Amino acid sequence: MDKIKHKILVLSGKGGVGKSTVSSQLALYLSHIGKKVGLLDIDLCGPSIPKMLGVENKEVHKSSSGWIPVYRDETQNLGVISIQFLLDKSDTPVIWRGPKKNSMIKQFIEDVCWGELDYLIIDTPPGTSDEHISVTEALLKHNPDGAILVTTPQAVSVSDVRKEISFCKLLGLPIIGIVENMSGYVCPHCSECTNIFSSEGGKLLAEQTNIPFLGKLPIDPYLTACSEKGVNYFKEYPNSSTLSALKTFVETFEQQNK
Amino acid sequence: MSTDAKQLVQPPPEHCPGTESETAGKSAACAGCPNQQICSTAPKGPDPDIVEIEQRMKTVKHKILVLSGKGGVGKSTFSSQLSFALAMNQDTQVGLLDIDICGPSIPKIMGLEGEQIHISGQGWDPVYVQDNLAVMSVGFLLEKEEDAVIWRGPKKNGLIKQFLKDVFWSDLDYLIVDTPPGTSDEHLSIVQYLKTSHIDGAVIVTSPQDVALIDVRKEINFCKKVGIPIIGVVENMSGFVCPKCTKESQIFLPTSGGAEQMSKDMNVPFLGKIPIDPLIARSCDEGKSYLITFPESEATKQYKLVFDKILNSVDTKQ
Repeated sequence: MDKIKHKILVLSGKGGVGKSTVSSQLALYLSHIGKKVGLLDIDLCGPSIPKMLGVENKEVHKSSSGWIPVYRDETQNLGVISIQFLLDKSDTPVIWRGPKKNSMIKQFIEDVCWGELDYLIIDTPPGTSDEHISVTEALLKHNPDGAILVTTPQAVSVSDVRKEISFCKLLGLPIIGIVENMSGYVCPHCSECTNIFSSEGGKLLAEQTNIPFLGKLPIDPYLTACSEKGVNYFKEYPNSSTLSALKTFVETFEQQNK
Repeated sequence: MSTDAKQLVQPPPEHCPGTESETAGKSAACAGCPNQQICSTAPKGPDPDIVEIEQRMKTVKHKILVLSGKGGVGKSTFSSQLSFALAMNQDTQVGLLDIDICGPSIPKIMGLEGEQIHISGQGWDPVYVQDNLAVMSVGFLLEKEEDAVIWRGPKKNGLIKQFLKDVFWSDLDYLIVDTPPGTSDEHLSIVQYLKTSHIDGAVIVTSPQDVALIDVRKEINFCKKVGIPIIGVVENMSGFVCPKCTKESQIFLPTSGGAEQMSKDMNVPFLGKIPIDPLIARSCDEGKSYLITFPESEATKQYKLVFDKILNSVDTKQ
């Protein structure tokens, strides 16, 4: 952990708002611009990261210095750890209560041999329970940068994210900012933009709570398609608004943490 | 608030045989565990709370769980619309229980935000949307909307037990149970606590893309493992019809055939597809019944078809 410069948690009270998508795209973007990145998936009951990065059939190996992450390619710029790599079959359910999940997360934090990293991105399940308490407690010992909160614009999602903000405040975890995901969908036939999950909810929440707003990511079927196939979205679609949003975020973040 | 009968001095170790099991305090893994003394001396046998739950559940005819491995696919939307739809018949008594303790969406979707529960001689009174539609959620126990429920497993289990044991539903035709994503404490507990009260089955909700289906396959295997019958799988967010040009496009691509193909592969019934409609999300934010507000829409038609299949399945198996 001490060889890792930046540690960022991706959180949301709500499920299915795009935590894993944001985590994996952020990790991919950082490695795309030449950073050394680790991506840790602590969603033990519903791990999505291996699929999204196209590494779902790989296995982790154990060495004397700990678990060796799965690398996406030979450059070893992007290492991944997920419980999915430890399962025999992809559809085996992980039916665990809290204590078992906690000890697994502890091992993920302490026993993975990441080497030198510029960034460690940690993807989490929805909620404010065992996984979140355990990972936050473990990380707070290692001076994390903080959490990125992901929400969709709907009131139902924003209300769960408010709870996540209270969680961060209570545990003393800094909040880097809020991302509004699935913000509008552009019809591929007529280019009309429809706000399927309403709009502006994330932005308003950021204003009300005085937390930096990191930007809006539109609903992008091409991005979903890339996540499904584990394809590098930036190489396929270099002019997307998702890419420019990530770029702005990373540049601002690096500027502030110089 | 009572949680588990036994107070452990630290979390059970990895190979714990289960603190309620016959071998608690006696198995090889118990040697050296600080809880050994507590486990070996605590009374064994059936949990007295389960007997109470069984009593309470005697007045509930059908119990349906709404599950999904994946978050945000529409479990709460589905549970709420199903409850609203069932309650359209004035003679049907419906209860909706939200066991998503950390992210309760049901109060908002049912238009009951800011409501509180009351405790009477008969137990906790649920909050009523109308005479025949009662709702219970941790959301009604919070002082402020933004209060986080930062609880580990045992506390969550304790509250779920209380919801089952202490809520005074009176006579119900249907109890719909909305769950959080995953296959962990909440899911194991609801199944364990209702073990002797007969669960009719689970409706599994998913969106069409593979990333969701991976998790949903896990959930189906969970049901098979713990012995919960699967009523069927619903594909939600299936295709989007542009309100301007009325052409359809797929936002969440069914890369490998979507839920229909997966249901075939896993040998479980497929119940139907609900299209994406921005008005569904809006109805949820406003706490209104989508089916009543937009009776002519395509999604309403599909919802009704799916609901009919569920009711048929539940009634014939009785």
